[in-house]
Amino acid sequence: MNPTRRRRLMFVVILVIGVGAAVALALMAFRQNLMYYYTPSEVHAGKAPTNRSFRSGGLVKTGSVVREGDGVTVQFTITDTLQDMVVQYKGILPDLFREGQGIIANGTLGTNGVFTAKEVLAKHDENYMPPEVAASLKKAGAMPQHEMAREKAKP
Amino acid sequence: MWVWFHKLGSPPYFYRFSTIVLPWLAVLTLILFSVGVVWGLYIAPSDYQQSETSRIMYVHVPASMFSMSIYMVMAMASAVTLIWRIKLADLVASASAPIGAAYTFIALITGSLWGRTMWGNTYWEWSDPRLMSELILFFLYLGYMALNSAYEDRRRAARAAAVLALVGVVNIPIIHYSVEWWTSLHQGSTTRGTQFAATIDPSMRYPLFVMMGAFAMLYAQLLLKYTRCLLLDGERNNAWVKEMVKQHAA
Repeated sequence: MNPTRRRRLMFVVILVIGVGAAVALALMAFRQNLMYYYTPSEVHAGKAPTNRSFRSGGLVKTGSVVREGDGVTVQFTITDTLQDMVVQYKGILPDLFREGQGIIANGTLGTNGVFTAKEVLAKHDENYMPPEVAASLKKAGAMPQHEMAREKAKP
Repeated sequence: MWVWFHKLGSPPYFYRFSTIVLPWLAVLTLILFSVGVVWGLYIAPSDYQQSETSRIMYVHVPASMFSMSIYMVMAMASAVTLIWRIKLADLVASASAPIGAAYTFIALITGSLWGRTMWGNTYWEWSDPRLMSELILFFLYLGYMALNSAYEDRRRAARAAAVLALVGVVNIPIIHYSVEWWTSLHQGSTTRGTQFAATIDPSMRYPLFVMMGAFAMLYAQLLLKYTRCLLLDGERNNAWVKEMVKQHAA
């Protein structure tokens, strides 16, 4: 490789590495702000903002869904399998909302520890299978875990 | 291999090569799309949770995947342009940009519709890292195209746009790992190397593979076609083009 090309190659390599390093540093500095939601464990640890609304996500705990008489107010518990959080919501739930489903609620945390949501979204996982396969896996107790149950393993 | 690559860099050789390859690519694209669409949209079972909506996957996943792959092709061609000043590499990068932008647009739109039906009452979430990084990819493509056409001098335009393409490479790992580094509304990736087998049932995996092949072939075909157009335009005063035109006219 002749010197001119070697110089240009160095330019390209330094450009890519330099930009990569700069962006990596910036992303690490803003890591917390780039999180789409906080897990109940993070909320318990006091990492979530108290003065403004934020998102919290987890799995809807089995048997925790309570519907009020008016039909649109609902209370349920979300969990990341380590910590739980009670969520209150008035409005239309997504079709995928069910016990064991991953959901993300946007709202504020009250002083009583109850999270009042103004928006609830469903977060489905990356597993795709036909209904028959899902049924037989459920029977065998081998359903893959929702990714939100595995999140606690993250650093 | 390298000799062949060098030969391919020569405009007349590339033109002849693409003339032979293009009809085959067209047939292959057509077959893959016909098989993939029928298999994915009619024959394959629907998902146990998402029912029929999961079929958006057969368009959304390949489009998103290749929106990133095409960017990598564009960036590598840009690096070759900067280092070796091979004209054809610049044309490959220039031709890739609008195709990549189209793929990204398809990924964004299908994703938005899918999100609206599955996630809940939202078409777009501004603070989601996966959604934002893919939107940035779209703007990178548009920026590349704008910069590429901003200079009168073709060589200056090529160099400026190539630098932008290389700067934008940093966004590709961000898109890919956004669902792992940060919390996101978007689910984790199904197409994750060796784990792929576990996360998607074979009855849906194979039609998805076919659709990925179809999107790849479509890109290859459009890339060759557009590169040929740019090549003829750029080389219109060269002997081999004049010779070819004369032969066609005769």
